Amino acid sequence: MRLPCPHCGERDYSEFRYGGDASKPRPAHGTGDLKTWHDYYFLFENPKGPHTEYWQHVLGCRQWFKLTRNTATNAKVVV
Amino acid sequence: MTGFRRTITGGRINRANSVAFTYNGKNYRALEGDTIASALLANDQTIIARSFKYHRPRGFLSAGLEEPNGLFSLGEGGATIPNTIGTTTALTSGMKIKSQNAWPSPTFDVMSINSLAAPFFTTGFYYKTFMGPLKRSWMWYEPLIRKAAGLGAATEVKGTQRYDSTNSFCDVLVVGSGPAGLAAALTAGQSGARVILAEQDSDVGGSVLSSKLDVLEQWRATSAVELRNLKNVRILINATVQGLYDHNQAVISLGANRLEVVQAKTIIHATGAFERPLVFNNNDKPGVMLASALRTYLNRYALAPKRRAVIVTNNDSAYDVAFDLAEADVAVTIAETRGSPAGELLARAAQLGIAVFPNSGIADVLGGQQLRAVKLSGRHAVTIECDVLGMSGGWNPAVHLTSHGGIKPKYDDTITSSVPGGFAEGQYGAGAVLGHFGLQACIRDGTAAAESALQDLGLKLPKQKRDAPVTREDRSYAIEASWQPQEQAAKAFLDFQNDVTLKDVKQAFQEGYLSVEHLKRYTTLGMGTDQGKTSNINALAIMAARRGMPIADAGTTTFRPPFAPLTIGAIAGRTIGKHFRPTRRSPLHAWHEQNGGVFIEAGLWQRAWYYDWAGKWPETAYIKEMELVRSGVGIADVSTLGKIDVQGPDAAEFLNRIYVNGFAKLPIGKARYGVMLNDDGVVLDDGTTSRISDTQYYMTTTTAQAGEVMSWLEYLLQCHWPELNVHVASLTDEWGGMAVSGPKSREALQLAFVDIDVSNEALPYMGVMDIAFGGTTLRLMRLSFSGELAYEVHCPSNYAIPLWEHIMRAAAQLDIKPYGLEALASLRIEKGHVAGLELDHRNSLDDLGLGKMASKEKPYIGKELRFRENLQSQERWSLVGLELLEPDKKLRGGAILFASADEIKGHGRGYITSVTWSVELNKFIALGLYNGGLKHEGEEIIAAFPLKNEQARLKIVSPHFIDKEGSRLHA
Repeated sequence: MRLPCPHCGERDYSEFRYGGDASKPRPAHGTGDLKTWHDYYFLFENPKGPHTEYWQHVLGCRQWFKLTRNTATNAKVVV
Repeated sequence: MTGFRRTITGGRINRANSVAFTYNGKNYRALEGDTIASALLANDQTIIARSFKYHRPRGFLSAGLEEPNGLFSLGEGGATIPNTIGTTTALTSGMKIKSQNAWPSPTFDVMSINSLAAPFFTTGFYYKTFMGPLKRSWMWYEPLIRKAAGLGAATEVKGTQRYDSTNSFCDVLVVGSGPAGLAAALTAGQSGARVILAEQDSDVGGSVLSSKLDVLEQWRATSAVELRNLKNVRILINATVQGLYDHNQAVISLGANRLEVVQAKTIIHATGAFERPLVFNNNDKPGVMLASALRTYLNRYALAPKRRAVIVTNNDSAYDVAFDLAEADVAVTIAETRGSPAGELLARAAQLGIAVFPNSGIADVLGGQQLRAVKLSGRHAVTIECDVLGMSGGWNPAVHLTSHGGIKPKYDDTITSSVPGGFAEGQYGAGAVLGHFGLQACIRDGTAAAESALQDLGLKLPKQKRDAPVTREDRSYAIEASWQPQEQAAKAFLDFQNDVTLKDVKQAFQEGYLSVEHLKRYTTLGMGTDQGKTSNINALAIMAARRGMPIADAGTTTFRPPFAPLTIGAIAGRTIGKHFRPTRRSPLHAWHEQNGGVFIEAGLWQRAWYYDWAGKWPETAYIKEMELVRSGVGIADVSTLGKIDVQGPDAAEFLNRIYVNGFAKLPIGKARYGVMLNDDGVVLDDGTTSRISDTQYYMTTTTAQAGEVMSWLEYLLQCHWPELNVHVASLTDEWGGMAVSGPKSREALQLAFVDIDVSNEALPYMGVMDIAFGGTTLRLMRLSFSGELAYEVHCPSNYAIPLWEHIMRAAAQLDIKPYGLEALASLRIEKGHVAGLELDHRNSLDDLGLGKMASKEKPYIGKELRFRENLQSQERWSLVGLELLEPDKKLRGGAILFASADEIKGHGRGYITSVTWSVELNKFIALGLYNGGLKHEGEEIIAAFPLKNEQARLKIVSPHFIDKEGSRLHA
């Protein structure tokens, strides 16, 4: 699989680390009760199809970025 | 009697160069240009294997990659390579070839007794016998079965072969170099695109290599020269594309020892087609071959059947085989399953003296170990003595690679076989893989596919259009399906490699294994190296007929990589032994090496474990090193700690957010121990962080979590808190560190840095100062992991050895000595400091007795979820100190803890995380996690180590075994 690093360009996925679901906003620091954080941290959709997620070019420029990837085909990788 | 003779002329062999080789220990000779298969056939070795289950004698079925029978072991000892396909592997001088799956030899095989026990090996035999109620017996039977029946064996000695792999990139990857592939590569190459042409054969040309037409050879040779002259084209031979992966990545094996991973922008599938066997009784007898194989052996390897060949076919393509054989003075008879083949074929057959029997199939193959005669079926039930029987059931497009990404092939009635169900983005097909047969069609396809690829790439099409050669053979492909024999056929094989017969498919049907995926698993059809190349379509058609449905509705199995056998060695490449993963070395590594350091692996790091001044064995050496630190002064390498520079106006706010305790008010020149949590309230890491200036902090992390913490900080800053003006940079590799520990450590530092005041007033506990020394800046921090008066000195990595040596020299009068990881980790156990073994990513702050550290005033990461119900339970496994009560016993890490009244069984109430001999208490002590933790302080419990059948009595105590008041730290 190839992933588009916004800084370095397209690279092999082995240079990246996966950072999880990026579709939900993180509660602002110091706000939110236990339920808010529980839902943020533990509850996820598990879609077959487009999925917005975080990746880091960890063996490259170390930039974190969001992309949308089809979980069934890995197709249509868009930043 | 089966047999081949070398023809006087022709073939792509070099008659001037004789090649010597051994086969099962005997010496033979063949010619340069031969494959293992043609070399053996030239030497009358026609029985070359025994079949998988029944140990029936087998000969070569094919002349290509689809060969199910002719697999051999090459080489000896550590250089053995099993399961080499004889039909595609070039013969080389001195080659040592061994047959497989037969003992003592393929012609006399003891295990053929299995044939008599054939009913025993019925369909689903393995499932019924070993996977059913008695499935536990599988582990006993499996090795025996593998030994008796199976493919080649891996060598048991250390491999001596070298393997390697490489990565490359291209605009257009063309898979296959037949007419379609050559045309595609030329068109793409002439446009200037970077092209890789991968051909599994030893030369380019595909089916042209099996033809004897000069006009085709000229076209092939000219095309090859043109391609070789294009600098932007790489031609890979003996290069099998084994798998295609997401985003057009291809894994190609180059011979047995190399792998190339190609990242292609576009891929053109020109993989051609495999000829399909026909199904009739004894169709596996040596001497029965694919018709196209006879043509390849004749035209490429100059091997003709000795006298007579019978061809059985349901399509036109086999006529070209018959014509070529007849022209080489072989007597030929054709059994034609169709009623009325094309008149022009019959006319030419008549011209060449070939008898054609229409409406005829094969009723049986006669002979003992191998073919002697065939009995025709239908109206012409004659028996014909012959050397070989060539069968053609039509052509199966080689769709395997097109479906590796999950696109299933679809059945096409016009060619009675499967074609690709579609192509992934940027991929195209050309020629026979699409079910387009004939030279002109293939060349047209190849050109068109390349043009589509060039359009994708935004490249200009080459102006020059190429003419395709015109030949008499280039006619449309006419076929009438014929799937099963009309007669009863007890031994009609569908899958030669796995010994699956017509009867087995019928039985699978009767037992309800209807779907093709069930059929495959129940009968083992299409497993092994065959992977459906020869067996798939016949079996599907027969199952579909049983179920009374069109073949298209019966579905198809999933093709997966690898396409053909390849060595595990090629996959592993150089990542074996110590190269399996990278090795990290501290900047002080060379010093340890030269000064008696004994190393141990800790994650990727090579760390100094102990030093030989303290003894030969770790069990005693670390104790001497601990005594050194408790009574004098020692120096240890702590360079592996994660070191992160945190800078920016908001650095204080940032650290306040990530640590549970406060860092914003930390004074400049002071360090503080901090703990950070994950969002879920579980402890992520700990370490000391120092304030260097108003806007700069110097963070240390544990060795194990250095990378994880760095990535986490970057995640927070880049993805969630862009408003914070902070930058983090890893200094883990750039800086080294050393701990100077023990009651005499201050004295040692004063001797090393005579101009610097390191008194308790100038550098109190947790004090930090940067000092200029020897042309660089050193960071002096009064931190202690051991519980003694201690300091850490950090410096740029290339100053680490000179600095270490300087301290050793300056403090020589104090008898300073190095101590290693074992002592470092044991000293901290006595002090009750948690480390990686306790921080196992399952503990909360409270589990580790650190709850009091957390700020009540400020928010911090993990604060909310820290208080979720589960983490508040009183029954959690929490940190305790443990003292051994039985001096004659010893404690072991990982021992399971039980209350004294418990039955010693199961997972217990906790376990020991870290153990050491305590030099202060003169007994074994440990840290552990125990249900309820220090609520049970003072209780006597049991540590069980079932692996060694050991039990010992312990007492739960505070984890702070020494200096609870911390007077040593503040001395």
